[in-house]
Amino acid sequence: MRDVAIVAFGQSDHVRDSAETSEVEMLMPVLHDVLAQTGLAARDIDFTCSGSSDYLAGRAFSFTMALDGVGAWPPISESHVEMDGAWALYEAWVKLLTGEAETALVYSYGKSSPGSVRDVLTRQLDPYYVAPLWPDSVALAALQAQALIDAELTDERELAGIAARRRTAAGSNPHAQLRGEVPMGEPLVAPLRTGDCPPIGDGAAAVVLAVGDTARRLTDRPAWIRGLDHRIEAHGLGVRDLTDSPSTRLAAERAGAFELSHGRKGTGGAPMVDTAELHAPFTSQEVVLRRALRLDAPDSTVCINPSGGALAANPVMAAGLIRLGEAAARIQRGASDRALAHATSGPCLQHNLVAVLEGE
Amino acid sequence: MPEVLTAPLVVEFPFTRSLGPVQSAFLTGLRERTVLGVTASDGRVVVPPTEYDPVTAEEIRDLVEVGTSGTVTTWAWNPSPRRGQPLTTPFAWVLVRLDGADTALLHALDAPGPDAVRTGMRVRVRWAEERTGAITDIACFEPDDGAAEESRPAPDHSAGGAGRPAPHTGEFANPVTGITTPARLDYTYAPGRAQSRYLQALSDHRIVGERCPSCRKVYVPPRGACPTCGVATDTQVEAGPRGTVTTFCIVNIKAKNLDIEVPYVYAHIALDGADLALHARIGGIPYDRVRMGLRVEPVWAKGSRFPDHYRPTGEPDADYDSYKELI
Repeated sequence: MRDVAIVAFGQSDHVRDSAETSEVEMLMPVLHDVLAQTGLAARDIDFTCSGSSDYLAGRAFSFTMALDGVGAWPPISESHVEMDGAWALYEAWVKLLTGEAETALVYSYGKSSPGSVRDVLTRQLDPYYVAPLWPDSVALAALQAQALIDAELTDERELAGIAARRRTAAGSNPHAQLRGEVPMGEPLVAPLRTGDCPPIGDGAAAVVLAVGDTARRLTDRPAWIRGLDHRIEAHGLGVRDLTDSPSTRLAAERAGAFELSHGRKGTGGAPMVDTAELHAPFTSQEVVLRRALRLDAPDSTVCINPSGGALAANPVMAAGLIRLGEAAARIQRGASDRALAHATSGPCLQHNLVAVLEGE
Repeated sequence: MPEVLTAPLVVEFPFTRSLGPVQSAFLTGLRERTVLGVTASDGRVVVPPTEYDPVTAEEIRDLVEVGTSGTVTTWAWNPSPRRGQPLTTPFAWVLVRLDGADTALLHALDAPGPDAVRTGMRVRVRWAEERTGAITDIACFEPDDGAAEESRPAPDHSAGGAGRPAPHTGEFANPVTGITTPARLDYTYAPGRAQSRYLQALSDHRIVGERCPSCRKVYVPPRGACPTCGVATDTQVEAGPRGTVTTFCIVNIKAKNLDIEVPYVYAHIALDGADLALHARIGGIPYDRVRMGLRVEPVWAKGSRFPDHYRPTGEPDADYDSYKELI
């Protein structure tokens, strides 16, 4: 199988309201950034894939406007997923594995500011039994949080600690929207407080993928994708055990996250990954993910969400791709040898993607 | 940097959906104050019922009737109800496992405050007064102190029933076979820098395009990026206001809410100085006299921020070679 690596990652500054720029105006500097990192021009890219959602923009085929920022002449090979860009990356990865392309540009963007993202996200729910009740995204996450508290898997104090750690970590992330001391605030939908919830914001991200020697030519230290898998669970919330994430666990298994890395064979007890970028928009969801991914050992040295994660910046449709990008960038700059990146979609961690990235 | 424009944008869509046999039985049942579930491959009773097994994805159809009281499996207190939600006063979101069911149903619980709600509490359905065959036929749940009418039906204690809910045919008079779910989302549309500049110039009766620094093409209307080169178009260029019809069509069907007599002509117009044709209606000339090469100019209605249509200028027609690249 061909080796595929992330060779460049870029993102916008994430802001509460980007009314002064259109989607393409917000995205273009990020595209130029990742292309400049690799020295590639848009015409050199074999395959381009993007992720976004019309429901955020309130307009049909909104991704075609953003495509203007890529430069589609001479004609390019292009695709789009109505999902987080992490799944656009998955499609591009498959394209590269099949041998149909040597390089790929993956980007995604989301502007939550034009609408009410809590209400917008209700439109992804079961349209017969659930969507007519308009349960917003915070309410559904709060049901999951209460289930965790009832099962004594967490408490409000631990959740507050997660919120504080992520936003403190984001202090060194110049792109983050929410950094440093953030009060836990009032209950938004109890038991979740405003501090347990992600900021609402706008942003964009892009990565460049390349195979084998092309990747080595484009960067000093490619972040090799050693495994990538995604799994989904039943959409009925009352069918699932909200305190667990079997789809995350299975995706991680298939991606090889629980296998020792090549370089660490025989070191006994060495961590399987040193970094985990988890897409947990709510503090309570980090608890579920850490358990599913076995990151909760008391002596664990795994660095979780050094970027601050989605609690520091949550551009819907880009936040998952950013987890892959942040993990790759950490490998590229030598701060990590083997990193796990996770992206989620749907209510209460319904659909989960896990990637294992390695330096050479 | 001019002021960035914004405008309200409302998206409304009444989705009309067909129901399969299981969903039809469930929603019709709600209309008749009866809650149905479906038995999954592993024997679990799934409520609300699905047409396929949540684990194996096999088709399932064995309906059973479950109780109208149940137990809260998790909850969340919502102090500020949002538009469209079941109650307008503060309430709890609940997942309720109805008596006889093995899975939980999402709905609202009417309770005086968060202190009155806990996981494991007993609740019962409060039916909507007017029921149409929709999930909202359950107005909400309310605390069940056990004093009111018994949860129905009683579990099947007949031989082999083993306390499981009784089978149900799913047959009702006048079954509901479809639902219409209206949805409304409110946005504030912001067109961004380039289009704001364009729209502001338009309201001054000027047409402003932007030039690509790479291929030198002038785009009208500008969107901030050259779609060919993928770079920002940041140099403003006056274009038009006159232009040339490059191609056109004759519209014979009147659009809803459009106060224009048919037939009329909709055309591609290459404004002088622009490298991309825009499209607009042609007026001031009989529809069957419009032709490729016709020279036109914009007409602003009184007080309007944008041209209502384009009309002939009276100039001689443009030479085909002058616009053939812009068709």
